[in-house]
Amino acid sequence: MTDVYLTGRFVGTITNPVEFLTRIVEERRKGVISSNVNVHYDEELDELHVENGKGRLRRPLIVVRDGRPMFSEGVMKKVEEGQVSWEELVNTGVVEYLDAAEEESTLVAFSEEYLTPEHTHLEMAPFDMFGLCTSLVPYSNFSAAQKVNTGSKNQKQALGFYAANFMVRMDMDVSLIYTPQRPIVRTIMHKLSNYDKHPSGQNIVVAVMSYRGYNMDDATVLNKGSIDFGFGRSSYYRPAIAEELRYSGGLIDEICIPDKEVKGYKSEHDYRFLEGDGIIFPEAKVAEGDVVIGKTSPPRFLSSMEQYNLAAESRRESSVAMRHGESGIIDLVIITENGEGNKLIQVKVRDQRCPEIGDKFTSRHGQKGVVGLIVPKADMPFTASGIVPDLIFSPHSVPTRMTIAHLIELIGGKVGALAGRYIDGTAFDAEPEEAVRQELLALGFRDNGVETMYNGVSGEQFKVGIFIGNMYYLKLKHMVANKLHSRARGPVQLLTRQPTEGRAKEGGLRLGEMEKDTFVAHGAALLLKERFDSDKTRIPVCEECGLVAVYDEFKKRAYCPICGDNAEINFIEIPYAFKLILDEFKSMCIYPKLVLKNKY
Amino acid sequence: MTKERDYETRLPEKLAKEIRRILPSSASKKKISEIAGEVYREYKDMKVEPGEAVGIVAAESIGEPGTQMTLNTFHFAGVTEMNVTLGLPRIIEILDGRRLITTPTMEIYLKKEYNDKEKVRGVALSIKEAHLSEVTSEFSINIPEAKIEVKLDRGKMGELKISESVLLKALKRVGKTISVDIKDDLLIFKIKKGKEEKGISEVYRIKEKLKATHISGVKGIPHVLPVKKEREYIILTAGSNLKKVLELKEVDATRAVTNDIFEIESTLGIEAARQAIINEVFKVIENQGLNIDIRHIMLVADTMCVNGRVKGITRYGVVRDKASTLARASFETPINHIFDASLKGEVDNLNSVIENVMLNQPVPIGTGLPGLVTKVRDA
Ligand SMILES: [Zn+2]
Repeated sequence: MTDVYLTGRFVGTITNPVEFLTRIVEERRKGVISSNVNVHYDEELDELHVENGKGRLRRPLIVVRDGRPMFSEGVMKKVEEGQVSWEELVNTGVVEYLDAAEEESTLVAFSEEYLTPEHTHLEMAPFDMFGLCTSLVPYSNFSAAQKVNTGSKNQKQALGFYAANFMVRMDMDVSLIYTPQRPIVRTIMHKLSNYDKHPSGQNIVVAVMSYRGYNMDDATVLNKGSIDFGFGRSSYYRPAIAEELRYSGGLIDEICIPDKEVKGYKSEHDYRFLEGDGIIFPEAKVAEGDVVIGKTSPPRFLSSMEQYNLAAESRRESSVAMRHGESGIIDLVIITENGEGNKLIQVKVRDQRCPEIGDKFTSRHGQKGVVGLIVPKADMPFTASGIVPDLIFSPHSVPTRMTIAHLIELIGGKVGALAGRYIDGTAFDAEPEEAVRQELLALGFRDNGVETMYNGVSGEQFKVGIFIGNMYYLKLKHMVANKLHSRARGPVQLLTRQPTEGRAKEGGLRLGEMEKDTFVAHGAALLLKERFDSDKTRIPVCEECGLVAVYDEFKKRAYCPICGDNAEINFIEIPYAFKLILDEFKSMCIYPKLVLKNKY
Repeated sequence: MTKERDYETRLPEKLAKEIRRILPSSASKKKISEIAGEVYREYKDMKVEPGEAVGIVAAESIGEPGTQMTLNTFHFAGVTEMNVTLGLPRIIEILDGRRLITTPTMEIYLKKEYNDKEKVRGVALSIKEAHLSEVTSEFSINIPEAKIEVKLDRGKMGELKISESVLLKALKRVGKTISVDIKDDLLIFKIKKGKEEKGISEVYRIKEKLKATHISGVKGIPHVLPVKKEREYIILTAGSNLKKVLELKEVDATRAVTNDIFEIESTLGIEAARQAIINEVFKVIENQGLNIDIRHIMLVADTMCVNGRVKGITRYGVVRDKASTLARASFETPINHIFDASLKGEVDNLNSVIENVMLNQPVPIGTGLPGLVTKVRDA
């Protein structure tokens, strides 16, 4: 007796599971049962699972009978003529969707030539084993699987043309590349996914060589001339949003140029771009700290006394200003109302980003790297025909990672650029490397892609040939302009009086526990003390009770609230955080008594 | 120079002996003293200087390679088939001072006269613990007569070399209320009737107890594996019982080891336990292909054993023994430590590193350690 489960729930038993299973499969192929049903017989547990629920990963395969695919020449012809639709293929049992469980009991042929009578299914196309993004990696069957994976992940981070209506969208943290191009070396997925309509990279000339050590450890060297011509140039957009919120008691935020009496008024200079309505005008050049939308809010707490004061006095400033370290040009101003009927102001700030040292670039093969040096065009190496590479890629990045596809694309791109055509790099189904090389030879170049090159600085010929060609390169969204940060002094936290954390808050870089250990391990006691001085405080301590005393600024003398004026009081220097922990001990009803002793 | 301070100016005995061993006998006296001088300079360079932060250096030296250790490497060590916990889990187990380790094993070396293939097998079988259920094939209960009948498996008994008399002797120890009889291949247990009737559950309980009765071998060693190591036959075990194994006459008691540190502590003492910690930690590190100076591990082992009992590097172990309240509070469960300290009215004299970091005073290590003393001349 075999237990039968329907989407995981026990429904009954049957005596002949194999017959039952074949019947379900046959009926499904006939279109009697929904194509959404999958069935799997587990021999070890003697359980039969019928699945028709949501959320299963399924993929289509061509059904094979007696070693012959159901997708025959005749069917193919009909499909080509447009007589048969995909639904019909599924409903007539030519194609079926399998889930992970049902796939267990099948034997799938990789391609038609491998078919034997034992096979039950045939792969629709070899590259079908990849998903959409991974299929975008050309020649991926030549690279290590892990690099194909990172290559596909990197493409998701590339700057491109993400939406045609970008001008009216208010997306957070997006970029647009200025002159995106179609890749010369492409796969069938580029066609299927309409990649030409939203490309995200550029075809550039890449030389594989080292350049004065500035491209070691995955760094790349960029040609200043290429940047000037627009390579990797992009716009970065960030919206600033303000809303006229309504509070209880009829109080309301006000979008306006804040009055000078308002609490927290910045300075006239900061508000200089605001027009009469309190909103900035388009195409204004703003920098860090400039107010984009002026706003005032009602006071936080209304005490009974304050109600009789002038309203303006107690209102506080709550304008939206440019963030720390950010600048740009006002791109778009939208004044609308939101769902609750509040006035809503959205301002989009645009910032042009040219490639600079530290920006991240990648090919489509998981070979990412940051720019290590930007070289004037005159100093770049050049070939005999005068070609100057846009980017210099380190040869040491290849051997350990085995990204052969990276090298093949280089040749493919070169042929494509010279012959003026696209090169097909679909996995398992690409133009053969040998044919591409022969074409390169016919075009008048060495078939191995190597060329004689000359030192741009001295004009001397390099003693070795340099592998040079065209590649599709992507600019990734991690740009230094968004990350660069340093601080010498700046704001502190209210509670601990220690420096704030994070770039947005102009914070410091934390010298953490493990870093502290390294100071101790080196025996650098006084350096450690100096580094931890950020929240240094001088507090009076009563010698009698050992608690923190009070210093009276008017009388210029310290006294102890417990032991009185006559107690002996001395000042000590401790981190404010330690004073805080003493207070916390007191809140736990623990008496932390400080016993003072002269150190010297 | 007083005699007590000789260690400051002289080479240690071991190094001196090594020099003498390595140098050819034809070496002149001048050459020898020259070489010894060079060795002494090297030796002095290797010595830890006063104020060196040995603890933190040890912690960093073990901790940094520790991040590269593969987590959860259960694998078969070399030619043996014994499954031994290795890698980070084992290190954690040792340094935490866990009393119950996941895979206790022993390496039992035998005396010379037992060192051949056949005898090793025999010794191994005599060490392996056997329960009654392993030498029997069937248990049946006779409730009205309060009897349990057990069918013996003679083949198994022969294999494990258990005779009837050994069996009976072991079973007599089960309890006074049960009498044992042997009839052909049948063991008959009669439960002596006391003042009250024995119910089914009682008989059943006795049956289960009988099944688990220890018949022969060393308790706590369910598996044995004789293997050849270099030129010797040794026995690897799953499970450990150092005390009982050392008592066996076939065993070379000077070399038999277990990986259970607490067993070593209770059988051989704290010094042996310290050495065991060093050996076990070093074994894992070596196995992972890492290179850590053994002195760091020795320091950790010293810290764990300094009080005469093995203590783990946990808040219940060595951290609890720290003198400073603030130092204890800085490592896990601060509130408990603070409450305890306030109940006892503890005083923190700020003598060690972490308290001084908390108060941002120079830590008494490295440049923060020495004080400058000067004689003030009278005016
Ligand atoms: Zn006082």
